[in-house]
Amino acid sequence: MEWKINDSLPIWPQIKKQLMFEIIAGRYEKGGPFPTVRELAEDAKVNRNTMQRALAELETDGLVITNRTAGRTVTTDENLIAITREKLAKEKINSLMEEMNAIGFGADDILKLITDKVNISGK
Amino acid sequence: MKTNTLVECRGLTKTFPGALALDRVDLTLGRGKIIGLLGPNGSGKTTLIKIMNGLIRPTAGTVTIDGENPGPYTKSQVSYLPDKNYFADCMKVYDLLNIFEDFYEDFDRAKATEMCASLGIRETARLKEMSKGTKEKMQLIMVMSRKAQLYLLDEPIAGVDPAARDYILNTIISNYNEEGTILISTHLISDIEKVLDEVVFLKEGRVIRHEAVEDIRIKEGKSIDEVFRDDFRMVSQRTSQELGDWHYVNSDAGEVRDAGNAGEDNNGTAERGEQ
Repeated sequence: MEWKINDSLPIWPQIKKQLMFEIIAGRYEKGGPFPTVRELAEDAKVNRNTMQRALAELETDGLVITNRTAGRTVTTDENLIAITREKLAKEKINSLMEEMNAIGFGADDILKLITDKVNISGK
Repeated sequence: MKTNTLVECRGLTKTFPGALALDRVDLTLGRGKIIGLLGPNGSGKTTLIKIMNGLIRPTAGTVTIDGENPGPYTKSQVSYLPDKNYFADCMKVYDLLNIFEDFYEDFDRAKATEMCASLGIRETARLKEMSKGTKEKMQLIMVMSRKAQLYLLDEPIAGVDPAARDYILNTIISNYNEEGTILISTHLISDIEKVLDEVVFLKEGRVIRHEAVEDIRIKEGKSIDEVFRDDFRMVSQRTSQELGDWHYVNSDAGEVRDAGNAGEDNNGTAERGEQ
C-alpha cells in the first residue's frame, strides 16, 4: 500500500490511522489474517518498534486481535467497524469545516458547495 | 545475566595530536534499537565507532559492551561496517563468504548467500568487477549476516544512488536480530530518520542530544532532519560570530589572513581526527 508519512509528526499515530482506514475500507478480510509487524515495517520502511506501537494501539481499540497461536487477525465485530467508520467520517468533516472557515466560508456556504458538487457528480 | 544496557561510555575522551576528537562522552545505549549517530564531518562519529569496535583506544574514560571492555569477547559480539571498502579487490564473493565463516562463529552463510542471490550477485563474481553501489551492498550483506548484539554501521548509505539506499535501508530493517542494536552514523538524516528509534547528536566530540525520535517529533513538531539543521545552524552561526570577533580584534590586514588560516587549520585537524 501507499504510505504517506510526515516526518515532522510522530510516526506511529499516522501509521495507526492509515491502517485503520485500510481495515474500514475492507482491504483486509474480516476475521482474516493481518500482516505481521515485520512485513508492515518493511513495506512502510519504518522501524519495527514504531510499527509495533501502531499495532498495539489498533489492538487496544479492538480492530485487530492477537491470537496466541495464529498471529493477528482483523476483527469480526461489525458494530465496532461501523462506529470507527463514523468516527473517521466526523473527523474528516471537522477538518474540512475548519479549513473552509479559515478561508471565509460559513456553514451555509459549505453546505451549498457540497450540495452542488453532489448534484453535479450525480448526473 | 543480560542487563538492558548494551553499551556504556563513561567520560570517553580521545585526543589526536592537535585535536580533541571525543570530549568526555557519557552515553548509554540499550538493546533492540536502531540508533542514529549524527553529526557534521569531524564531530567524532567515526572515532566513537572505532573505539566501541576496539580498533583504537580511548585517551581517557571507559567503554563497555555487554559489560566487557573492548577485546576478543566484544569483537565476537560486534559487527562492524567501516566507512571505506576493506575487502581486497581480487577476492571473489565465495572467498569473502569463506573468510567470514572462518572468522565469525555467528556468521549465517545461508543468509548471506540468499541475499547475494536476490541481488543477482554470483558467488564467482570478483569484487573489482562490481560497481561502487554493489560493493557497498556486498559489505552490508556480510555485516548483517552475522547474528551480533551490536552492529556498528559507519556511513552505510553515503555515496550510493537512492535505489541502492532503499535496498540498504530495507536490509537493515528486515535483517537484524531483534535483540541486537544497530548504531548507524550518517549525515543523510532525512533518508534514514523513519527507521530510527533514537538519535545521538555529536558536536565537536560531545554528545549534545540523545533522545527517542518520536519524543523529539512530539516535543518540537519537527522532523529529525530539521532539528539537526537547527541544532547545528546555531553552532555555525556562533562559530562565524567568533571568527567575526577575531577578525575585528585583528583588523590589521596581515592579522586577518592569519585568522582565516587558523580557522582552516582547525577544520583540517578535526577532519584528520576523524580518520
